[in-house]
Amino acid sequence: MSPSDFARNPGTAFDPDWFEGHAVNTPAAERRAAQLPARRSLKKTYQAAWLVNAIRCMDLTTLAGDDTEARVKRLCAKAKNPLADHILTGLGLERVTTGAVCVYPTMVRAAVRALDGSGIPVASVATGFPAGLTPMNLRLAEILYAVEEGAAEIDIVITRAHVLGGNWSALYDEIAAMREACGDAHLKAILATGDLQTLSNVYKASMVAMQAGADFIKTSTGKEGVNATLPVSLTMVRALRDYGARTGAKIGFKPAGGLKTAKDALNWQILMNEELGRDWLRPDLFRIGASSLLGDIERQLEHHVTGRYASSSRHALA
Amino acid sequence: MPTVKEILDSMDYGPAPESSAEVMGWLGARGAFGHYIDGGFTTPADTFATENPATGATLAQISQGSAEDVARAVDAARKAQPKWAKLSGHQRAKYLYALARSLQKRARFLAVLETLDNGKPIRESRDVDIPLAIRHFYHHAGWAEMLADEFPGLAPHGVCGQIIPWNFPLLMLAWKIAPALAAGNTVVLKPAEQTPLTALAFAEICAEIGLPKGVVNIVTGDGRTGAALTAAPVDKIAFTGSTEIGREIRRATAGSGKALTLELGGKSPFVVFADADLDAAVEGVVDAIWFNQGQVCCAGSRILVAEAVANTFTERLQTRLSKLRVGDPLDKCTDMGPIVSATQRQRVAALVSAGEAAGATLVQCEGQLPAAGHFFAPGLLIGADPANPASTEEIFGPVATLTTFRTPEEAVQLANNTRYGLAASIWSENITLALDIASQVKAGVIWMNGTNLFDAGAGFGGMRESGFGREGGREGMLAYLRGPSPKPRPEAQASFDAAPHPGAPGKGDPAIDRTPKLYIGGKQARPDSGQSYRVTAKGTEIGLAPLGSRKDIRNAVEAAHKASGWGKTTGHNRAQVLYYLAENLSARQREFESRLREMGANPAEAEATIARAFYYAAWADKFDGAVKSTTGNMVTLAINEPFGVMGVVCPDDAPLLGFASLVLPAIAMGNRVVAVPSASMPLAATDLYQVFDTSDLPGGVVNIVTGPKDELAKTLAQHDDVAAVWYCGEAEGRTMAEAESAGNLKATWTMSNRDWTDAQGRDFLTRATQVKTIWVPYGA
Repeated sequence: MSPSDFARNPGTAFDPDWFEGHAVNTPAAERRAAQLPARRSLKKTYQAAWLVNAIRCMDLTTLAGDDTEARVKRLCAKAKNPLADHILTGLGLERVTTGAVCVYPTMVRAAVRALDGSGIPVASVATGFPAGLTPMNLRLAEILYAVEEGAAEIDIVITRAHVLGGNWSALYDEIAAMREACGDAHLKAILATGDLQTLSNVYKASMVAMQAGADFIKTSTGKEGVNATLPVSLTMVRALRDYGARTGAKIGFKPAGGLKTAKDALNWQILMNEELGRDWLRPDLFRIGASSLLGDIERQLEHHVTGRYASSSRHALA
Repeated sequence: MPTVKEILDSMDYGPAPESSAEVMGWLGARGAFGHYIDGGFTTPADTFATENPATGATLAQISQGSAEDVARAVDAARKAQPKWAKLSGHQRAKYLYALARSLQKRARFLAVLETLDNGKPIRESRDVDIPLAIRHFYHHAGWAEMLADEFPGLAPHGVCGQIIPWNFPLLMLAWKIAPALAAGNTVVLKPAEQTPLTALAFAEICAEIGLPKGVVNIVTGDGRTGAALTAAPVDKIAFTGSTEIGREIRRATAGSGKALTLELGGKSPFVVFADADLDAAVEGVVDAIWFNQGQVCCAGSRILVAEAVANTFTERLQTRLSKLRVGDPLDKCTDMGPIVSATQRQRVAALVSAGEAAGATLVQCEGQLPAAGHFFAPGLLIGADPANPASTEEIFGPVATLTTFRTPEEAVQLANNTRYGLAASIWSENITLALDIASQVKAGVIWMNGTNLFDAGAGFGGMRESGFGREGGREGMLAYLRGPSPKPRPEAQASFDAAPHPGAPGKGDPAIDRTPKLYIGGKQARPDSGQSYRVTAKGTEIGLAPLGSRKDIRNAVEAAHKASGWGKTTGHNRAQVLYYLAENLSARQREFESRLREMGANPAEAEATIARAFYYAAWADKFDGAVKSTTGNMVTLAINEPFGVMGVVCPDDAPLLGFASLVLPAIAMGNRVVAVPSASMPLAATDLYQVFDTSDLPGGVVNIVTGPKDELAKTLAQHDDVAAVWYCGEAEGRTMAEAESAGNLKATWTMSNRDWTDAQGRDFLTRATQVKTIWVPYGA
């Protein structure tokens, strides 16, 4: 699968008018976020299909200190065959893969090798992930390294201090430089929303990242105290919608960290469909960053196929 | 069903129906329903069908309640009441708690039943109606427990007749029955003929928990049954429904001594300022007018949006409108079900067409509506001017009008440009602005950055033609309790003789003539009639008083409206004026005593009046509102607001103290008053003009029109720009004052003449104010 059927975001000049003074009412965002899953319900075959779609949109991820090449190889094997054969057959499908595999830069080569011929892109975190507090030249060098190693997508982290200090032009310059370093690789900007705290900050940071040319905006590294939540995601997709309305560009969204259950996978897809539309249910524009989510989805799908509740011990480890 | 592969292409939601099998089984087993009277169901008689508005299919046969059925139910309630009221609060609390618990255990059943009968989406009955009804019973189990401690000296009314609408059938039942029972009343409740089923299921739950028989009685039927209940010998009528029927009930109960609360229609403004979170406001519209098919009395049906953001807001609203799913209400993905009945659907369609004909543009949710059922596509009437009938009439359907404003001042003008005053929704991230608007909008409930927020702990109810009385919280409990009635005293009768009565020719130097006039807008004014009438004491003329008429009342009301600053000034300032008034009255105490003596009244009234001024000066800055414990991350304020302009018709007796006992609490709370003083002894009141003038009382706060009491009272009661009327007098006059107040549904308080020496207290202040509930959600 190619990274995107849609034209890349060329970015725009820095323009604070697009976000300064933009109000986000937190209780209202929370209310909408709570209502979304209550307003839409997916049952039976529909639920199964939407869970399969979540796999298609998944960045199957390992970002741990004890990652080894062998561990990455195992993850890639799961990415190529995320569902046991009898489940796949039961669903009437021939082939399903995850949207991408996401690893640390030094694991990119191993992943590329393992995924050779599968068409599954490798995404690499970079820029001093997860805190992003290494010197700028090293952060850019890290991007170049990961691209050189074969990463098709780079998940960068931003300097949170620029957001907390309201230094929006510095944030813009930083991300624009990273985008340039990415070259043909797609840039996913991780905003680390758990560190930004307020929804107004989340909106503003989203808008700056898109102005600077981000192809995707992503909630979290998975390492913050609070990772992807529905209200934060709602705020980001609305920023993305507003940016699209001004520029015509279609930006992708990636919630990461915190999506652990099949129900989460459905809720986030409902959010995308209701707030943005069907295009954002495709891996070109929607990714779920997750490690353990796939296991729960596979169990649910097996239950759908067999009618019996499943045990993870019968499914291949990621 | 399509395959996984096909769905992966379409990404449709697919059907997600809630099963109605259990409910259909229950309906099938019951067949036809009788009334629930005295703990049992009557044999079904004179039945009519209740239908599923989504399909038109008949769900059950329901009995049309006759006057005899109502009489039997009221008898049962009457018989049960003393014993019910005599139970300890704790014992009543146990019953209410059991009701709450049982509703919870039947939550899904009741949600499905409600959706079948009413057509509202299962998501709403499941997530809104039923949970709120349950919460109401829990909350009032608490009030039952605490009744003696928290409402000392108050007693239940007795038997309450309660009439509820079809838009929130079980929830409205809970709002009515829970506080009534907690306070020690028994009830006869009539559900709407379109949606009687959850009330009948509730009756079974009452039987199931062993609620003493006769405490709750349910009589089904249409408006004729309601009229019979209104006419029945009950002690209180509580009605929720249309303003039109509310008016009829007001007239029908006038003079009956029945307590009355009315929760009526609305045309609530939904005000979006330029600094609002527009996406939040768009979702607010969804929760306001596209909730329950727009069949919500407090629905934000008049969208007012700042010109600066009108285009963006309207575009986003239309995009959101296109996402609504209209269809089978039992499907969990459905946002909107059918209108409750064919008649209602026709009414909505006619009003929307009228709106279009008057120049508004209709935008509707596209997509196929189901062929069967009373579906109406949700929409907006864009560019509906204030003069458009769609902007003034309550549509009671899923269509809101949308128009723009330029400034906050204009927003308030437009918001208040309605005969109703139920609710308002204000969207702005600027709390300074939002609170300012909240203070100016005439509505019983104000939601900031939110809409349709409810909780059992907060008062709900309207101003203006949206009715009077509150449901929920402490103020809701007060509506089901009464204080001790003072012993009535007979009223004196005045005569109005405007012809000259030459006496003995004067001798020597004549005294300078002192002519009392009317007191309007802080100035003494001659009566429009150009006449004065004889004031006599023991057959002797002691002076002349101006003969006030309709036009003087008109002028006085206008002057009172101009004194709007009085309601906004601080309680401290009002207290200062009242103390000053006492001070000046005290300086002239002798003079008032001799005037009272001359008129044949008790001179002690002068000193008592000074004390009364002190008493209400003390209260002026202490009749505090409350912060309610409602939902999470929410400040819910209950503010005691003055009515505005009140008519106060004073007793003929006690010409100074009777006047002061009514006028002073009213103005202490910030009302402006048009008072009709004692007709036979008006001179104590007219002597007050100079006291007012020297006490810094702003002109127009108290206006006095002397003359024929009931004629003037009638003009006041009929006046559409008077918000409340207090009337003290005989039964005939009390009936008149209540009946004539039906025009604009002003709040009334009618009373017999009484001993005025102890006529003061909190009750007078409660009567002089209306609670405005303001909801402020917060979150960083």
